[in-house]
Amino acid sequence: MTDTAERKPESLDRLVIRFAGDSGDGMQLTGDRFTSASALFGNDLATLPEFPAEIRAPAGTLAGVSAFQVHISDHRINTPGDAPNVLVAMNPAALKAELRGLEDGGTVIVNVDTFDERNLTKAGYTDNPLTDGSLDAYSVYEVPMTSLTKEAVIPAGVKPRDADRSKNFFALGLVTWMYTRPIDATLAWIEEKFGKNPMVHQANVLAFKAGHAFGETAELFDHTYQVAPAPQEPGTYTNISGNMALSWGLIAASQLAKLPLFLGSYPITPASDILHELSKHKNFGVRTLQAEDEIAGIGAALGAAFGGHIGITTTSGPGVALKSETMGLAISLELPLVIVDIQRGGPSTGLPTKTEAADLLLAMYGRHGESPLPIIAASTPSDCFEVAIEAVRIALEYRTPVILLSDGYLANGTEPWKLPDVDSLRPIEVEFATAPNHTSASGDPEYWPYVRDPETFARSWALPGTDGLMHRIGGIEKQEGSGNISYDPANHGEMVAVRAAKVAAVAKSIPPVEVTGDADADLLVLGWGSTWGAIATAVDRARAEGDRVAQLHLRHLNPFPPNLGEVLGRYRKVLVPEMNLGQLSRMIRAEFLVDARSVNKVEGTPFTAAELHAAITGALHD
Amino acid sequence: MTDVAPTTRKDWQTDQEVRWCPGCGDYSILTAVQMLMPELDVRREDTVFVSGIGCAARFPYYMNTYGMHTIHGRAPAIATGLALARPDLDVWVVGGDGDLLSIGGNHLIHALRRNVNLTILLFNNQIYGLTKGQYSPTSERGKVTKSTPFGSLDQPFNPIALALGAQATFVARTHDMDRQHMQETFRRAHAHKGAAVVEIYQNCNVFNDGAFATITGKANRESMLIPLEHGQPVRFGPEGSKGVVIDDSGQARIVEVDDVDESEIVTHDEQAPTAALAFMLSQLASSPEEPTPVGVFRAVERDEYGEAVERQIAGAQDQRGPGDLSALLRSGATWDVV
Ligand code: SF4
Repeated sequence: MTDTAERKPESLDRLVIRFAGDSGDGMQLTGDRFTSASALFGNDLATLPEFPAEIRAPAGTLAGVSAFQVHISDHRINTPGDAPNVLVAMNPAALKAELRGLEDGGTVIVNVDTFDERNLTKAGYTDNPLTDGSLDAYSVYEVPMTSLTKEAVIPAGVKPRDADRSKNFFALGLVTWMYTRPIDATLAWIEEKFGKNPMVHQANVLAFKAGHAFGETAELFDHTYQVAPAPQEPGTYTNISGNMALSWGLIAASQLAKLPLFLGSYPITPASDILHELSKHKNFGVRTLQAEDEIAGIGAALGAAFGGHIGITTTSGPGVALKSETMGLAISLELPLVIVDIQRGGPSTGLPTKTEAADLLLAMYGRHGESPLPIIAASTPSDCFEVAIEAVRIALEYRTPVILLSDGYLANGTEPWKLPDVDSLRPIEVEFATAPNHTSASGDPEYWPYVRDPETFARSWALPGTDGLMHRIGGIEKQEGSGNISYDPANHGEMVAVRAAKVAAVAKSIPPVEVTGDADADLLVLGWGSTWGAIATAVDRARAEGDRVAQLHLRHLNPFPPNLGEVLGRYRKVLVPEMNLGQLSRMIRAEFLVDARSVNKVEGTPFTAAELHAAITGALHD
Repeated sequence: MTDVAPTTRKDWQTDQEVRWCPGCGDYSILTAVQMLMPELDVRREDTVFVSGIGCAARFPYYMNTYGMHTIHGRAPAIATGLALARPDLDVWVVGGDGDLLSIGGNHLIHALRRNVNLTILLFNNQIYGLTKGQYSPTSERGKVTKSTPFGSLDQPFNPIALALGAQATFVARTHDMDRQHMQETFRRAHAHKGAAVVEIYQNCNVFNDGAFATITGKANRESMLIPLEHGQPVRFGPEGSKGVVIDDSGQARIVEVDDVDESEIVTHDEQAPTAALAFMLSQLASSPEEPTPVGVFRAVERDEYGEAVERQIAGAQDQRGPGDLSALLRSGATWDVV
């Protein structure tokens, strides 16, 4: 399976390929394996899986199309790419749904076997696009994937109906050949995954090899392509998704704090994978409870926190809404807790499988009363690891619930991640009360749970079981110091102020922000969350055209980093791209009186670099 | 816990002023618990009372233990997390009928079916007290309250039947007029491994005074309370003149013992393989105006949830060793760049 000398591969510096098919066609798997092979080969990459909301929408319909986009390159990249160069479409619906995004003159590889009248009608085509000239602007390759697969797997002895299931491996084999990806890792993976079922294993290997051989022998393609490895810092790498990195970050935090992890969670897209992942790692002392509802999830986590565990709850927007009363309780109890919100399209059920970042103001203000809490957000899939540790650090050090914002795009998207040296991770120090901290009027030593650290304003924390420190805490307003119930108006004012001061004090533990790009920029692009990659690419492009632009990306959204106001003041123009109608820009305007301009996209898909490049150009030259 | 330093009732009291209405049944329940604790061979340090919202939910403030006064309905969920995180602790849940059966009904049934090691005291006064007198999920049909001036239309819950339906492993009923009975019932509930729920008929003398007087008044008890004792025929009334039989259609019915063959009187079995008998007994009275069973309806052993959680963790550690973070990060496909 090597290329012949006369068909030398053509070099590409980058490639964006989109696999699309019916949700039963296994396109996520095909994309995932192509990605893995590319990662092992040494490319930089970023992925964007997109699933339909229904588990199995009617086969062959637009609603059932599942897609996976991967961007691979020989240099550093930040996004899954704007317009794909190649579309692999397993049926007419996939072609119809995904063609719009393809670059002009791009390549389309279709499974021609599926282009019969029935499937064309289901996809809403009146004429066959393969013959009516509507694809003239593209290079179209018609490959009879279904029939070739069926033929190829005959030696494995599978029934013709089951043979159809291997066609995604045929597609994978074909693109593996086209883009000269290594094949060993894929074969090893098939072995690992299907080895227990020899018939399926053999069928998938045969289909994969048939796809590869088809590329090589069919006269359809005149040559292959290659994308060289990208220069990367020395180290050990793995390809990681946001939800996986977040789960591992929580486990790391548990090790760094030397406290067990307790997850109370209720299944919800796109957060469930964190529950799945953490529940695998009981040998780390991780306890996971699939609770009866969202409220019980956070409640159990808070109960565990009272007992000295790191209480975590994971959810998405609708779950955050349900958890808000318990967050208020955690604020009042001043116990550590981490609420992970993997944002998705809202309101209500909204777009469960699509990304959005419109929960920032919910995180800020979505509780009754004066109830501030720290908020942090991840910017890339691998950043979720560090952000998870940071959320736990803040929660434990300040005895406060913390909201961690990620989104559907980060959750499922992947990128190569240089593994950190675990010994270099900073331990999280937590001190528990072990002795009385007050003297009663009668001169006896006693324990007061609301005696505070003068620096952090964190209250004293005594765990049940500790000798002599019995105490009661609750959601009713309490006397500062003793923690006894207090309805005194002045004390309430004092408690409201001290809870706010405590959250504000977190800023002292945050490093100052650093701006990238031009020092004397005319425009600062300020972002948060998963827009980082698209912003970075757009800023690079603008600068390549001679514009002076800088980028600042926030991890800490409440409180803001201490020098943020000063930094924002340096720029004449501030542009804030957000996957919402302008939430951070409102906060920035309110806090710093800066004329922050909002760029919005709320369509269930991330910004493309091209969109943001246009916005930057527009803002600079209007 | 054998070498626990002895305590007295006073050791379990706090300096906080008890703020229930004078004459409220909550006082006698508090006294029963505070008097029982020194007999239980447990440390105050290892004891936690968790409550939701309502009159009863003030309970933790009056117990010199660790305590959490949380939010309406959520105490069973919060206590579940605490009990799973800290199996070494003795976790009690205190709540009223509104707290545990209305807003928190979901958490209660799930704590029961999971069999989390919790001792749950359900103060049933058949009214909302703290919000000043609305009907509750245990109020009788037709109840006239501030929110039901024409009488309530809702069918009330029977907490015992509900708990049995939720597959609770320990279900009992007692009442606030009999401290001895409360203490014995709480003692059994506390000793039970798993979730134990005790319904306590509790008089709210301000908004629902006398709701249980027909059965709990001193003069009425003998003829109106049916004591359940494991292995004993279910009899009550003066000199045990009345008894309970199960008729052919599977219904429990009260009879004069003299009218039947004594062998027909049902023998109470709290450990029966199914909850059928306990359920039939729970249906004897449709309201606390009729002869009502008190005592332990059901007490069976089933895997305690927290122990099962610990077993899985220990099993995973035996199999895979304690977690190794560096190895975890390398558990997927990796590649080296030099
Ligand atoms: S309102 Fe009723 S239940 Fe509440 S404290 Fe007063 S008497 Fe007791």
